[in-house]
Amino acid sequence: MKEIVIDPVTRLEGHGKITIYLNDAGNVENAYFQVPELRGFERFCEGRRAEDLPIITTRICGVCPVAHHMAGAKALDAAFNVAPTETAKKLRELEYVCYYIYDHILHFYFLGGPDFVVGPDAPPAKRNILGVIEKVGLDIAKEVIKHRAYGQKITGIIGGRPTHPVSACIPGGIAKALSEEERQEIEKMVRSCVEFGKFSLKLFHDVVLKNVDYVNLIKSDPYNLQTYYMGTVDQNNKVNFYDGDIRVVDPTGTEFVKFAPHEYLDVIREHVEPWTYVKLPYLKKIGWKGLTTGPDSGIYRVGPLGRLNAAEGMATPLAQEEYEFMYKTLGGKPVHATLAFHWARLIELMYATERALELITDKAITSKDIKNKPGNPGEGVGIVEAARGTLIHHYQLDANALAKKVNLVVATTHNAPGICMSIKNAAKGLIHNGEVNQGLLNMVEMAFRAYDPCFACATHFAIGEMPLEAKIFDNEKRLVKTIRR
Amino acid sequence: MIAIGENMSSEKLKIAFYWAASCGGCEIAVLDVNEKILDVVAKADIVFWPVAIDIKYKDVEAMPDKSIDACFFNGAIRTSENEHMAKLLRQKSKILIAFGSCACDGCVKGLANLWDKNTVFERAYRETPSTQNPDYVTPQTSFKVQEGELELPEFYDTVKTLPQTVDVDYTISGCPPPIPYILKMFEGLLTGNLPPKGSSFLPNKSICDECPREKKDRKLSAIKRIYEIDDDFKTCFWDLGVICMGPATRAGCGAQCPNVNIPCTGCDGPGPRVVDQGAAAISALASIATDPEVVNQAVDPIGTFYKYSLANSILRRKVRKK
Ligand code: SF4
Ligand code: SF4
Ligand code: SF4
Repeated sequence: MKEIVIDPVTRLEGHGKITIYLNDAGNVENAYFQVPELRGFERFCEGRRAEDLPIITTRICGVCPVAHHMAGAKALDAAFNVAPTETAKKLRELEYVCYYIYDHILHFYFLGGPDFVVGPDAPPAKRNILGVIEKVGLDIAKEVIKHRAYGQKITGIIGGRPTHPVSACIPGGIAKALSEEERQEIEKMVRSCVEFGKFSLKLFHDVVLKNVDYVNLIKSDPYNLQTYYMGTVDQNNKVNFYDGDIRVVDPTGTEFVKFAPHEYLDVIREHVEPWTYVKLPYLKKIGWKGLTTGPDSGIYRVGPLGRLNAAEGMATPLAQEEYEFMYKTLGGKPVHATLAFHWARLIELMYATERALELITDKAITSKDIKNKPGNPGEGVGIVEAARGTLIHHYQLDANALAKKVNLVVATTHNAPGICMSIKNAAKGLIHNGEVNQGLLNMVEMAFRAYDPCFACATHFAIGEMPLEAKIFDNEKRLVKTIRR
Repeated sequence: MIAIGENMSSEKLKIAFYWAASCGGCEIAVLDVNEKILDVVAKADIVFWPVAIDIKYKDVEAMPDKSIDACFFNGAIRTSENEHMAKLLRQKSKILIAFGSCACDGCVKGLANLWDKNTVFERAYRETPSTQNPDYVTPQTSFKVQEGELELPEFYDTVKTLPQTVDVDYTISGCPPPIPYILKMFEGLLTGNLPPKGSSFLPNKSICDECPREKKDRKLSAIKRIYEIDDDFKTCFWDLGVICMGPATRAGCGAQCPNVNIPCTGCDGPGPRVVDQGAAAISALASIATDPEVVNQAVDPIGTFYKYSLANSILRRKVRKK
């Protein structure tokens, strides 16, 4: 049996590790995706003050702290049995969609961009943000940096801090109202973001969709996985990031279940494997059937494509138009193509900017009515859609409003089984009779980063390329070949 | 004083970044320096940055001692690997900077020191209501799957800070460190104009000095929670009965939290001349309480006063619970 270990980022702790086993014929027997890190937040959040939970949990991830902050805020609303005022809810949602703006820009241009804009066949040295700049030009690169910074700036104005925000840790509200001055400043930035959203879609059309090879790659077998999908929807079953019920569809796209946040334990279970620190979630009703696909397996996927598949459309016009176009192009719903995550991400970027404009031009947004009086502390579940998927915070508070128990189901966790299988698929598509070539690393990496798993995201942002190494061992565990790039 | 600027005119500064047990926010903060990072890159060579540059540990091991001019180390020390890298980078660097709250003080992850590995595992892999694990399977450092053997790194029971692990030249705390002071630090390094060893790159003031809220008589007769008060948006939180870590916390962020009407929770770390951030806050509380009873009203004192600094406090566990 041969063993291939792909250690992203030079064995850096906190990052995924991929091991692929070949059988004696030299074909893929199995693939493992390991997360070498445990944080223990669920334990050390115990005993903390309720209002500290949305602040402490942001430190789970510096890439998506706003998601933890809002899931925490909503869990507190539920635990104190209080709904935020109309204005507070709108401010939180505005901050939230602006977090999507910067996060999706970061991912598409710095991470996914290299694969598509520069091209999957380009030499590794070009498949990074510098290659993107070369292809699209410095002026556009400046626009990318500018609009990412806008998103961060707006979350900072509302949340108090761009990374690890604080202002929504108050059950039933938000601590600071928006001034008219700030509103005008934000509106300017948001209008510019809407244009940038349109531009990004056009870029995707011109560079990706006009290239038959790319479209075929998206549709190709190694990148397809038939699973269930999960995402949050509004009352019209349109995608919503901040609030709503959670809808799950089966691999044919039919609704499997729709549940309110407090019902999550009826739907989701997490399985533990001894070879990874990350738990593997599955649909409780179907059960854990191992890492397999199809309707008989309880594995589901979340994140941009998961959300679009689980919903019936987008709530804003331009995003809806593109939503319809994507499904038309890729052969109807649901789309199982993992690489379509990138397209879905841009549709969501469009929605986030359009929604931000609706909110910032809403009269209620500058009202001073930002807090409702909390009730007595109890138990509450808060769910938001993090950029990478459904995020669940579940708090049980005692009479002093201290945390008795905390449970967290984090976005990337939901996708861990899917990532594992996508890697296996990609490896199978490229490894035959013991022949492993350089392309394997690109293919595996593309499968992996379509999901934008947090650790990889933080890994990629600077240069946009993940240093990879594959070691191939023979059955005596002797190293026979190392591929690096 | 460490001489790093000596051959600056002829040679570029060699800098390194390393990321131990971290959330990634400190790396994002370096990105948020935005276009100014280009000035830094123009004047310095990044010789090691595992998240961005493909340089292996063994390449670092092969570097001559003290050949890195400045190393920015973020994240706490949790695993044997973190500790190994801290020692290695100390040996290879003229200047080692503890970057961010995790490296300086252990940050919120240090609160895990109230438990140990087994109790953390039990919560994560057995007790949590969404977990289905009747046989109590837990991740193993080495596990034989059907096809071979898979390995995971081992975690220490205790979170440690960088200064507890190796000698550190400078600190810049904050979760993440405030951008203006990251810039100031880069500037200092590039010009060789550095403060005395052991200094923080954050200002020698407390958050209260940066806070616009008005301090009044500060007589505290009852402690309230932030969601219980009628905030007038201008009076000091202590005067409103709410615990604020401002007096015990080093300035630098510009009082970001009070500026959006949330008390400071202390992420910039102990203030100047403060040895123990939590103890300083508790004595501040005791000095303004009208009655000793009031102090007892502070629920969760550890999480409140030592949120970011438990691993670096006098309370830190010397012997771990078995
Ligand atoms: S100091 Fe804060 S921002 Fe930096 S790594 Fe630690 S938790 Fe993240
Ligand atoms: S105690 Fe807090 S609210 Fe009062 S002045 Fe200091 S930082 Fe501001
Ligand atoms: S006010 Fe306090 S908690 Fe908030 S950012 Fe500044 S130092 Fe950190």
